[in-house]
Amino acid sequence: MRPSSVVIGLLAALVLVVLALLASILHPAETDMQKLADNRAIVEKYGLTDLALFTEARYTRHPSQADLHSAFQDHPGALEHFPTGSLLAPRPSSINSHESLAGKTTSPD
Amino acid sequence: MIELSNIKKAFNQGQPNEYWALHGIDLALEAGKVTAFRGPSGSGKTTLLTIVGCLSRPTSGRVRFKGEDISGLPERFLTDIRRQSFGFVFQQFNLIKGLSALENVILPAFPTGRPRHELVTAAEGIFDQLKLGHRSTAKVEWLSGGEQQRVAIARALINDPEVIIADEPTANLDTALSKEFMSILEGFTATGKTVLLTSHDPLVVDSTAVHRVVGMRDGRLTED
Amino acid sequence: MNPWLEKQRHLIDFTLASLGRRKTKNIGLLLAYTLLVFVLASLTLFTHALRSEASFVLAGSPEVILQRMVAGRHDLIPPNYIEKIGRIRGVQKKEGRLWGYYYDTVLNANYTFMARSADEVADGYIMVGNALARERGLAAHNTISFRSYSGKLFTFEVSAVLSPDSELLSADLVLLSENDFRRFFEYPAGHFTDIALSVANPQEVRNIAAKLSSALPDSRPILREEVLRTYQSVFDWREGIVLTVLAGAILAFAILAWEKASGLSAEEKREIGILKAIGWETGDVIRMKTWEGLLISLSAFLLGFIAAYVHVFHFDAAVFEPVLKGWSVLYPRFTLVPTVDGLQIATLFFFTVFPYTAAVLVPIWRAAITDPDAVMRA
Repeated sequence: MRPSSVVIGLLAALVLVVLALLASILHPAETDMQKLADNRAIVEKYGLTDLALFTEARYTRHPSQADLHSAFQDHPGALEHFPTGSLLAPRPSSINSHESLAGKTTSPD
Repeated sequence: MIELSNIKKAFNQGQPNEYWALHGIDLALEAGKVTAFRGPSGSGKTTLLTIVGCLSRPTSGRVRFKGEDISGLPERFLTDIRRQSFGFVFQQFNLIKGLSALENVILPAFPTGRPRHELVTAAEGIFDQLKLGHRSTAKVEWLSGGEQQRVAIARALINDPEVIIADEPTANLDTALSKEFMSILEGFTATGKTVLLTSHDPLVVDSTAVHRVVGMRDGRLTED
Repeated sequence: MNPWLEKQRHLIDFTLASLGRRKTKNIGLLLAYTLLVFVLASLTLFTHALRSEASFVLAGSPEVILQRMVAGRHDLIPPNYIEKIGRIRGVQKKEGRLWGYYYDTVLNANYTFMARSADEVADGYIMVGNALARERGLAAHNTISFRSYSGKLFTFEVSAVLSPDSELLSADLVLLSENDFRRFFEYPAGHFTDIALSVANPQEVRNIAAKLSSALPDSRPILREEVLRTYQSVFDWREGIVLTVLAGAILAFAILAWEKASGLSAEEKREIGILKAIGWETGDVIRMKTWEGLLISLSAFLLGFIAAYVHVFHFDAAVFEPVLKGWSVLYPRFTLVPTVDGLQIATLFFFTVFPYTAAVLVPIWRAAITDPDAVMRA
């Protein structure tokens, strides 16, 4: 078999796979549409405003509800939302000191 | 068939290392004959063959091929003429390593777009003539010197050219192989092909297969 | 077959044969290239799918949320504040909401507590998000205790775990009754966290927000469109972080590809000379090399894209999880609904296929315009 036949055949197969994937996007599965509709219903029912993607601090859990200064007000384990923030681990002692305070303060957090 | 008039060729023209390889050559070459250019190295015989074979253009002068002036043609047309009408056998064979003998032979026909099966059949026919059929799938670097030259000859023949140009064809061959090459040459003239070769090997220039010997020295023709 | 097509196939045959001569090197290059396309395409597919899912789902969130600000901080809504808003035309419903955060020392994780009406969650019961339930090993009818910020221990029974399909929204949610919420956080009576307003006509939203701001100067209305916009920019940041990390890899690959493609060996130069001497035009040599560049970059693009699609939509973007998870403990497990931004994919295609092919061609151009008689002179 000619090498060009093999390679053109393989490339054509890959192109078909990509086209099939793109076609499947144009006709989404019934279950996917149902899932999206259900989730939207949950958002409406509970009045949710944010995705639960980043739960470490209140301004990452609810970024749309955070005020301008909140990055520096959360518990010591929190990171600011600048790129370096998610590349550096928090100081271990900062979390521990918070742990010892948890539940022992008289004022609400 | 090929007429050269007042061909001059300079390298590095206009620079301090300017060098004139040819100083005005006038020559007419007949069709269907074997012509050998004899001369010491640096005499300009290879340069002359590159001009005849449309590999390069003369600095001045005219080249007529079958009555047509080809010295002023643009590269594309020159390449077309070279591909259709000239077959080259180089001194170093210049085969492409890593490809089989067969692949090497059909390379010159790629730009013509002839179907592959046709090319393979043609190449196998030539291999049979040259007694190389059993080596057609071998990689060229595994072939002996004589076999490599026969592959190079087969490559020169694939486009069925009218003119075969061979530069020092026996320089890398022993006596027996050189004689074999000369007998292949006789086969070419029998089929009506024109052969131009350069050599300073007495075995070649004194051979009965050669119809005409052109002497060269310092970029000029000497008496035959 | 048409001679033009046949010629292109000859050129492809030749370029494949020459690639085959340096098999390990070229396969390595193809793999590195595919990996790069895979990471970039995964990133593109993931962020686009997440954004479109966020904008579809969050389009159901309240039209306006009214917060009260004190000294730049979000503060509680005092009693009678809702009444002070009075009647604004176009507002269908005003509702005080109660929600807040709880730091669980067992997991070192933050939960979102949200009060619901008594007919949804009875006193003493909670509904929890699926990620929380998974991490704490909870199922319906289990009981769980939380120590409140005031030090008291509260025990709840789990009445239901929220649907795993909604994890992206509800991973850390704890829904409890209003009474429990106020007792647990010692939330002052009559106070609320914020106010949600429903507006019937979307064109009215901005007017209503302006009226709210002038009626209550210490308030901050957050519109739904701001919520949606937040998500577009949040993922830009995230994408930026990943890109920062990737920049080094991309640069390294660019250097590798450039070195590979542009470093023309003496062997290759000689071959080009031979091809020209035996009757190839400069154009044929360039076409042959163009095929080489196209075949490698196209294969890498297609393989990388397919792998990325499978990674993002069938393996839940497992490679990005550590990046997106950040330092949070609760991370939702979610499968995104496949969607593709045609323009992004076209851009990716252009930037993977074009530069490589160009890098292959530049040095060839220089080599291919040399005179074909060079082989005879050598």
